[in-house]
Amino acid sequence: MPYFPNTAEDQRAMLDAVGAASLEELFAMVPAELRLDRPLRLPPAMGEMELTAHLEALAGRNTPAALAACFLGGGCYDHFIPAVVDFIASRSEFVTSYTPYQPEVSQGNLQAMFEYQTLVTQLTGMDVSNSSLYDGGSAAAEAVLMALGDCPDFRGHRAEHGRENGTVPFGGPRVLVPASVHPEYRRVLATYLANLDVELVTLPAPGGTLAPAALSAAIGPGTACVLIQHPNFFGCLEDVDALSQIVHSVGAQLVVAVDPISLGLLRRPGQYGADIAVAEGQSLGIPMSYGGPLLGILACREQFLRRMPGRLVGQTVDRKGRRAWVLTLQTREQHIRRERATSNICTNQALLALRAAVYLAAMGPAGLGEVAALCLRKARYAAGRLAASGRFLPAFDRPTFKEFVVRDNCGRVEEFLAAARAEGIFAGVPLGRWYPELDDCLLVAVTEKRTKAEIDRLAALTD
Amino acid sequence: MRNHRATQLLFELSKPGCRCAQLPECDVPARPLDELLPAAALAGSPPPLAELAEPEIVRHFVNLSTLNMSVDTHFYPLGSCTMKYNPKRNERLAGLPGLTGLHPYQPEETIQGMLELLYQSQQMLAEIAGLEAVSLQPAAGAHGELTALLIAAAYFRDLGQRRSVVLIPEAAHGTNPASAAMAGFRTAAVKGTPEGFIDLEHLAARLNDDVAVLMITNPNTLGLFEREMSQIARRVHAAGGLVYLDGANLNAILGIARPGDFGADLMHFNPHKTFSGPHGGGGPGAGPIAVTGRLAPYLPAPLVVRQGDRYRLDEDRPKSIGRVRSFFGNCGVLVRMYCYLLTHGPEGLRRVAEHAVLNANYLLARLRRLLAVPQGDRCMHEFVASAAKLKAERGITAMDIAKRLLDYGFHAPTVYFPLVVREAIMIEPTETESRQTLDAFAEALQAILQEPAEVLHNAPHQTPISRPDEVRAARQPILRWKPESG
Repeated sequence: MPYFPNTAEDQRAMLDAVGAASLEELFAMVPAELRLDRPLRLPPAMGEMELTAHLEALAGRNTPAALAACFLGGGCYDHFIPAVVDFIASRSEFVTSYTPYQPEVSQGNLQAMFEYQTLVTQLTGMDVSNSSLYDGGSAAAEAVLMALGDCPDFRGHRAEHGRENGTVPFGGPRVLVPASVHPEYRRVLATYLANLDVELVTLPAPGGTLAPAALSAAIGPGTACVLIQHPNFFGCLEDVDALSQIVHSVGAQLVVAVDPISLGLLRRPGQYGADIAVAEGQSLGIPMSYGGPLLGILACREQFLRRMPGRLVGQTVDRKGRRAWVLTLQTREQHIRRERATSNICTNQALLALRAAVYLAAMGPAGLGEVAALCLRKARYAAGRLAASGRFLPAFDRPTFKEFVVRDNCGRVEEFLAAARAEGIFAGVPLGRWYPELDDCLLVAVTEKRTKAEIDRLAALTD
Repeated sequence: MRNHRATQLLFELSKPGCRCAQLPECDVPARPLDELLPAAALAGSPPPLAELAEPEIVRHFVNLSTLNMSVDTHFYPLGSCTMKYNPKRNERLAGLPGLTGLHPYQPEETIQGMLELLYQSQQMLAEIAGLEAVSLQPAAGAHGELTALLIAAAYFRDLGQRRSVVLIPEAAHGTNPASAAMAGFRTAAVKGTPEGFIDLEHLAARLNDDVAVLMITNPNTLGLFEREMSQIARRVHAAGGLVYLDGANLNAILGIARPGDFGADLMHFNPHKTFSGPHGGGGPGAGPIAVTGRLAPYLPAPLVVRQGDRYRLDEDRPKSIGRVRSFFGNCGVLVRMYCYLLTHGPEGLRRVAEHAVLNANYLLARLRRLLAVPQGDRCMHEFVASAAKLKAERGITAMDIAKRLLDYGFHAPTVYFPLVVREAIMIEPTETESRQTLDAFAEALQAILQEPAEVLHNAPHQTPISRPDEVRAARQPILRWKPESG
């Protein structure tokens, strides 16, 4: 085995030092009747060359969208990743270090996380950011839990047994979420809330966005928070100012899930009154990797600071007065507060947060603005080209950013996707699996990587 | 030779007009933005990010990296964290474009290689666990705990049983009670014996028809295998409860004993510990879970299934708890795990456990002459020493020792955990350290204990900073750079 530095001779000397006759003796603590009396049934060991050949063969049986004309989106996008991101995120000292519990030998990680927190607050216009969560979906669920924690009607994390069969009425607060929020985020949220005393209400969004009037009709004093996405799952811009005003008029909290790339152009959540902003950070220099590992971004207004989940890095001074960074406000966290912690988060996504920090540094304000403008213009060009065919018309009459939904007049979405794939094009995500009423619709995403030629090839397939 | 200029904050280094990104010309009609979007939606100007040229960015972050200790540079005997070597072949293979370039909504026929890898990973984890079914979805160990407890809740709900309590031994990781609370349970502690095992009598007294789950870590956080494991599981099962195994310490028993065989109904794995995924300064990890057959219907959807020589995602799982993250799982971490498992094979995995346990016992034998180890003459993969006597006699704390070790070029052990040992120093050497490194560590510790107490109180002396003021950081939180503070 290549990773065991001790020889048989070392082992003998070590056993002698321990006073054990054999390796077997060291396991005497494990009762004999609980031991596995056979080898594990696993494939035999492979050397590096065999393993390399094997993995290359597996990888060769995939057709990576990132190497094709990828119009797939829905929360994970084929954006360009500058080389500096890969280079920095490959540094051993970042890759192979642990959570920075010893600040004296972790200033690199701690400062990088502090820079990430700063960049996220600058990007979102929020007061504070944590140092990362798992991904967009779980960050949205954590944000809702955070908002509930601030709600006087929420009676803590106790299941109200019998609720599910209707014998006990809902007593807890309501969480409102429109159908225009990513369906998998909503599913994650429902899973997280399943045993809590909360009523999760889905509001319809038949026009592609949540109509302010529909929110007004559903919201009330028992509403703890409203989760919206902007641009939403369909790529449409929500009427954030009107929605924000309605949410706050009843004293509820507004949680907004954003696309960080869109913030190169769009107003920031802090500017329209979001209480908590979350995002899938994958667009910020992280490979798609079949959906993970990604990056959960969570930022909020200062007043919610002590309810935040996850690690926070703070600035301080050391015993000689030098500026230093440490993990801080740890009394929120599981290793101190245990069952009363704000979340169970321990390991999060530090290396991905580092990637996002390097990406944002590399882009700068001008670069991020240009990426966003390229996405917007190319997406509109693509929508126009598809509509011109007469076959794929926009499903919703709302402003969109880098994604949009088209309806196939021929009703043969799967056929179209297969034809496109034969041309090396991943044309979009069919929506029927989540929205039966949209089973003839396609969600098309256009990043700055897509060229006019690729878009024209896609449009040509509609003939 | 710290580069103080390059390690200023990005925003302090920022200079208006500098840039690194080079975007292509827009090759479609560049229509005015306010024609494309309502003016009210536009920010007017891009977010105020830092402005730097590429050389400045690289020098900044590379210099920051040199301020870290890491497994590639130092011995990291961090108890409970299994800081083993991270194989470089795994990094290279996990970076293959045929794996990193996959979109989560690609059609199944274009990801057969990835699905096979994930399917085989499910199979291998099930065999290692001695349990029937596996979900690769959770993103970290604590996320796996939460997922498994949501499964337990759904299972009891299905049975029509009201069970609201999760039992947790005193020495457990903090994530256990936090996960239980998030899943909607109340928690109750189970006491330990002075020898470091679960107190069977206390457990029996706690068990009743309100108990849903016992969360157990075995080997436990004191580095001991629960010798009454069969009894413990039997009693929990007899009371109608489930046994959850926190898999953080699986490294000690790979191929030796399987959680499913010793009574676990559910468990999580930490591929970033046991299966060598690098820790990344605090993630990404992964937290696959394994469960018995009767709990399998509740696993998050989808699972990967095989049909003939094809692989597909099974979303049709009506009893599933749902989903705990946006997409399939932390596949990049799972690829590294897969490489690790194939590199070792059955015999190699068993040798991982043997070497890990031998290294820990060897270090225990050497350190027992220097520090008290209250529980046990022998250990599994780790052990917990105590500086309580030193503190009483010389005022030297576990933290002092930890900090001074940094000066000697060793990462500190875990300190003040588990909570049941006073002045705890928790040491896990892992199987990838040489006897010579362990000797050097023991010699450093011996030298440290002969030093004047003041040298230790003020340690570390050779690190970029020393003893940052954590109270100040918490009382006057500064969590971001601001123009006025810069």
